[in-house]
Amino acid sequence: MSKPDNNNTYSHDLPARQLDPELQAARDEKIKVAMIGLCGCWGCTLSLLDMDEALLGLLDKVTILRSSLTDIKRIRERCAIGFVEGGVANEENIETLKEFRENCDILISVGACAVWGGVPAMRNEAELTDCLKEAYVASVTAVPDAIPTIPYHEDIPRITTKVYPCHEVVRMDYFIPGCPPDGATILKVLDDLINGREFDLPASINRYD
Amino acid sequence: MSIQITIDGQPVAAEEGHNLVDVAAENGVYIPTLCYLKGHPCLGTCRVCSVRVNGHVAAACSVPVADGMQVEVETTELADMRKALIEFLFSEGNHNCPSCEKSGRCDLQATGYEVGMMVSRFPYRFPVRERAVVADHIWLERDRCIFCQRCVEFIRDRKTDQKIFSIKGRGSTAQIEINTELANAMPPEQVREAADICPVGCILEKGVGFNDPIGQRKFEIQSVRERALGDKKK
Repeated sequence: MSKPDNNNTYSHDLPARQLDPELQAARDEKIKVAMIGLCGCWGCTLSLLDMDEALLGLLDKVTILRSSLTDIKRIRERCAIGFVEGGVANEENIETLKEFRENCDILISVGACAVWGGVPAMRNEAELTDCLKEAYVASVTAVPDAIPTIPYHEDIPRITTKVYPCHEVVRMDYFIPGCPPDGATILKVLDDLINGREFDLPASINRYD
Repeated sequence: MSIQITIDGQPVAAEEGHNLVDVAAENGVYIPTLCYLKGHPCLGTCRVCSVRVNGHVAAACSVPVADGMQVEVETTELADMRKALIEFLFSEGNHNCPSCEKSGRCDLQATGYEVGMMVSRFPYRFPVRERAVVADHIWLERDRCIFCQRCVEFIRDRKTDQKIFSIKGRGSTAQIEINTELANAMPPEQVREAADICPVGCILEKGVGFNDPIGQRKFEIQSVRERALGDKKK
């Protein structure tokens, strides 16, 4: 995240406590995996956790630097495999995705939103001004008698005119469709990649919904 | 007359003039299709069944087999060509499977799985096409139409044989139209037939939807490949 001209401090810029050297050494040997969420519903990120106890079997080989359990804004070290949930719908999404691309060897779009825009991309059929008007000015849930205001502040990321799939912003290596894909599907992909097998999503488990 | 052709180098016996898609399926070779409907005349609109016949790319549904014909189906180049056609259809309309009532029993979706599509190589266009909701029992989600013309040709007024569906305009402004008067005269089973014949979620029956739970939908019970091959699957 670029720093605007203010005195805000971001969590990922804060000094981190050093891990116990033994634990750090064990972790350094593992394959580093992370998952970020852009404009999505966190369902795909939850699907990653839906691997349930199968996750335990993987933990000898991988360490998960970022997920919905460790909701840090930026990963602190380079990852071998990065999963992305959600499409690109605002400037913060663009920055987060670009930074993630630079810090991951393999980047994978997970779920309909990351793959083609998904539900948020339904607004692509309308003008952004109409969307904002519908949400904040002509909203049926607007506070009565309040002056209709479209929020604008330097801390609020600016919304992009359209919602974009991740691969239209940075290069993505693989795609796992689904809304969300099953935990078992993500597990298969992860298991294949960390064991040196090719990415493969056969028709029997490929799902778009 | 009994003839012999080769499919991917394998000799195959067939009846002269039979449709190549059917001949291949009878011999355990799946050729993906979208507009082709077994037992009906070939439409040849979607080209998803593209194969190489005697060295030339052709839509298999439009090819009557002839003696000595050499057919290539499962080459890397042809598989990618067919996949590109499916990807093109996905980016040309709004195929939002998570929110579509047809999901799980959609030919386009099922064929997408078979050709191994995960994402479209073409930019998604998000077209705006107004839906048609005026008819009593049927409505059209026009941004899902792939212009296969199955409904145009095969769903006709039972009394007059007039077409109920038609395509208006050309190119990017083309859209599927419905004759409201004739549509309102359709008996319930014909409404259902029209919705079933539609290979995407464009033609929908009013008042029903999301009837089958996930896991028990048409192509989850049996994939489109298994349905095409019947007991001939490899």
